[in-house]
Amino acid sequence: MIVNGSGCLDALAAPDVARGLDVFVTKTVTPLPREGNAPVRIAESEVGMLNSIGLPNPGIDRFLVESLPELARLGIPIWVSVGGFSAPDYVALCERLDTRAEVTAIELNLSCPNVQAPDGGITELVAGARSATAKPLYAKLSPALPDIGAVALAAERAGADGLTLVNTIRGLSLEERTLAPTLATSTGGLSGPALRPIALAAVHACYRVSRLPIVGVGGVESGRHALELIAVGASAVGLGTILFREPGAPARVRAELASGLAALGLSHVGEARGIAHTQDVALLPV
Amino acid sequence: MRSRSRSGLRRERLSVTGAGPVGPYRLIRVRRGDLDPGEPGQFFMLTPRGHALPRPMSLCLAPPGELAFLIDPVGTGTRALAALEAGDEVDVLGPLGNGYRLDVDRPLLVGGGIGIAPLPYLAERLGGAPVVLGFRSERHAKAAALLPGAKVVVDPVLVTEALEPSRDLLACGPEPMLRALARIGPEAQLAWEAPMACGFGACYGCVVELGGRLRRLCMDGPVLAGHDVLAAPATTEEAAAA
Repeated sequence: MIVNGSGCLDALAAPDVARGLDVFVTKTVTPLPREGNAPVRIAESEVGMLNSIGLPNPGIDRFLVESLPELARLGIPIWVSVGGFSAPDYVALCERLDTRAEVTAIELNLSCPNVQAPDGGITELVAGARSATAKPLYAKLSPALPDIGAVALAAERAGADGLTLVNTIRGLSLEERTLAPTLATSTGGLSGPALRPIALAAVHACYRVSRLPIVGVGGVESGRHALELIAVGASAVGLGTILFREPGAPARVRAELASGLAALGLSHVGEARGIAHTQDVALLPV
Repeated sequence: MRSRSRSGLRRERLSVTGAGPVGPYRLIRVRRGDLDPGEPGQFFMLTPRGHALPRPMSLCLAPPGELAFLIDPVGTGTRALAALEAGDEVDVLGPLGNGYRLDVDRPLLVGGGIGIAPLPYLAERLGGAPVVLGFRSERHAKAAALLPGAKVVVDPVLVTEALEPSRDLLACGPEPMLRALARIGPEAQLAWEAPMACGFGACYGCVVELGGRLRRLCMDGPVLAGHDVLAAPATTEEAAAA
């Protein structure tokens, strides 16, 4: 299954790109409208992209009235990413989405590096969301967590149905001539190739402790990259930064992944999931 | 009416047919492939080799079977694009954004610096029009060769001192120039620029504060009317000069 990383696609602006995915994940919706951060919002480094978009969105009220019905017309499953600043925010957002048939699943953005982190521990935030909806709940975690496996386990115990791994990791870039930070907020979220080994490590760690489905996201640009995430434990793969320069990437990555699986004598993703762990030398004592 | 969605995005790997200097800039010509040249003021995303993000470039010229882009090598990405030579390949996505309206009676094209880029194709599609160009140095002013017959001013003279305000202004250039033109002509068509990751409304990276709110240039622009920007707060430079 190929999805987009939340924030990396506006399906209403580019419906053809969204239709190339198996699932469309919305940009994060918050309780109130947000204009997002001041420009400059994007920068490039030698190893990827930095963004500080700041979750611009119409707020849950307008999203439900204006955006969601239009998104449903795309004809693909819609996962709604939600973000808040407290446990009651997540409860309220999930309650509003719970009754909407257009919503296949809810992704809890617990990890945006560009806005203030929500108050409350992962258990409180996920348990609050769980109490508010019967929809499948995916917890999207930050790769900056010191023990992401423990947090994944806490999310599972609090009622999460799946994990999305990973969000961007905080970084900074400087202007060539002035050495001033490029982004208006100075720091932003680093994505692209630099995130790939970080996402692999996060999925690897979480698969060890949790049997929840995992959407692996981070620097995927090819079928091989997708296959590696699956090998460490992802059950689905998200595309992010690559969509910006190559909107046709979903079809290419899907085809390359099928070839990669076939080369291993495998016929579907499920057979490849976690195979890296069966030959994992890190399990051995040093 | 501005388009809210982008259907039929086309991206192709195109071979470079030629490249050469134009003043301090470089004109890169690529085979057109199946890409449409679009309307003047629209842009294409060109991916420099080894870079995560493509760069937005307005179409400068549309010779038969080709597309030509004027590159100002000011950063790592634009330097990589400017280094392209005949026979190299480059990934190109487009055309994107909203270009200039061509239904004007008395057009006057105004360009500042690398903002000259979309004007040669615009002049061609208009069947010729008077042009005023401003540059910060005589070296940069050599790029005026792309628009023979243009009136050229060099810093400290400003284009606003050299133009006939009663005309229909179609402009591209630095932000202070565009804001000055917006005050002269609320109906002026002004092409803005911003860093962009995608060019088709996905990234929300290209917002510019215009008319008191943040606008995605790739979806609402890059060509906007003067009155769209009039309510905008003064830039830092303008505030300092006031």
